[in-house]
Amino acid sequence: MLELKGIHWKTPEGDEILKGVDLTVPKGKLTVVTGPNGGGKTSLAKIIAGLYTPDEGTISLNGADITPLDITERAKGGIAYAFQQPVRFKGLTVRDLLNLSAEETLPDNEICRILGEVGLCANEYMNREADSSLSGGESKRIEIATVLARKNAQMLVFDEPEAGIDLWSFSNLINAFERLKNEGGRTLLVISHQERIMEIADCIAVVANGTVTEFGNREDILPALLEREKGCKCPLKTTKREGC
Amino acid sequence: MNEITSGLLNVVSDWNGSFKGAYNIREDGGCAGRQSSENIKIEPKQDNPGIVIRISSKAQKETVYIPACVTHAGVNDLVYNDFIVEDGADVIIVAGCGVHSDGEEEARHNGIHRFFIGKNARVLYKEKHIGTGKGKGARRIDPVTDIHMDEASYMEMDTMQISGVTSTNRLTTASLGAGAKLVIRERLLTDGDETAKSDFTVSLDGEDSGVDLVSRSVAKGNSYQEYHSVIKGNCRCTGHSECDAILADNGRVNAAPELFAGNIDASLIHEAAIGKIAGEQIIKLRTLGLTEEEAEQKIIDGFLK
Repeated sequence: MLELKGIHWKTPEGDEILKGVDLTVPKGKLTVVTGPNGGGKTSLAKIIAGLYTPDEGTISLNGADITPLDITERAKGGIAYAFQQPVRFKGLTVRDLLNLSAEETLPDNEICRILGEVGLCANEYMNREADSSLSGGESKRIEIATVLARKNAQMLVFDEPEAGIDLWSFSNLINAFERLKNEGGRTLLVISHQERIMEIADCIAVVANGTVTEFGNREDILPALLEREKGCKCPLKTTKREGC
Repeated sequence: MNEITSGLLNVVSDWNGSFKGAYNIREDGGCAGRQSSENIKIEPKQDNPGIVIRISSKAQKETVYIPACVTHAGVNDLVYNDFIVEDGADVIIVAGCGVHSDGEEEARHNGIHRFFIGKNARVLYKEKHIGTGKGKGARRIDPVTDIHMDEASYMEMDTMQISGVTSTNRLTTASLGAGAKLVIRERLLTDGDETAKSDFTVSLDGEDSGVDLVSRSVAKGNSYQEYHSVIKGNCRCTGHSECDAILADNGRVNAAPELFAGNIDASLIHEAAIGKIAGEQIIKLRTLGLTEEEAEQKIIDGFLK
């Protein structure tokens, strides 16, 4: 279980992005964080992964306070993070990145399996450099694959995994999320606007204007969210704020 | 050969106690071993120190080793090697160089290599340079490479300077006939007060000839690098050069690529980028569990791989 309590964070320029976030992400479940652009979702993900340090508040993972831990320590502690904007490397191949993620030299069939989950043919990609010769969609799928390869990670955070990938790969990705969910044991936090991802979520949190405005079971939150998209002003129900 | 040569050979030319096929081992200006094969003949030059390597058309996927080592201070080795590659031959040439100095004086190797590559011949030329030893004397390697490529020939030149070379001045010139393709991959690491200069001039003289020149370098410590390339498109041809450098510490790089198009059908491209390691790259690798130092090293290793 991941718990965020009273998280505040300002940019170096002083803009207050997170204004007291309280969120409990239940262990072994898939929680989707959604909400309007600029509401603080990516900042929240980066706070969890240790890329940003909160000005106030605490973060705990399975009961242990991880607030003071840096990026590396959080990764070693079991947090994996797929960037919204993939990072490219001249010289490092897709295979290199997956081996680093897995902390071992993966056999070809395992690389093939992981890349297959994001809709990539391993033979075409595993020895390619993860550089700008890859398209945005290809880079995005490889970024997601680096998290899927993290065998020892217990908390997987994906920041808008659907952005820039084609429908077929997106279907594969949904299957991968469902597989991870059904396997149990791992906690998934997915930042997304996609209805199909929300449809497989256990819990949904809405983050807007730097706070969690709604949180609850998918069955309670999603219908109202969809209605709201159609223009309905109906209020969302907040059910169990703790443990969903 | 002495133990230092053996150690250097191990690094620069995959030596494991012996070479298979043709080879010539140069040690401190002398010959420490030579062997020809049925298809690759190695003979001493008559006019200058050095050898002539004649590669027959019958050589197909054969390897010839011509490493050179300088093992102590005070040696200034100058050698002229000519490679004559017959039409249709297909050969791998391993030509590493190691310079070792434990003394106060300079240790230097200056290899002048000329390539005459026949029609439809293929050459993979691998060259790895390293400097070792604790002496204050400079360790210098100054290779000169002059390439003449006949019709539809292909050459891939894979050069790498690993570490410890105080100063290097690499001069490479090439002229390409019709349909000839030249691929150059340079990787260079300098540290401390080391300096490295690379100068490439490639003349695309035959229709549909092409060159692909990629230089990747890392300048650490107080080291300084200069890169200069000239691609001359004198006919319908393609030329691509790319110079990427990573800076660390107080490293400095001066890159000056140059393109000359002397024909309306010459298609020439240059790309260049110099900068420190992108912070986001380090952060990404840290999210995989690497420390900042491990991430930097991994990025540099991959960049120069």
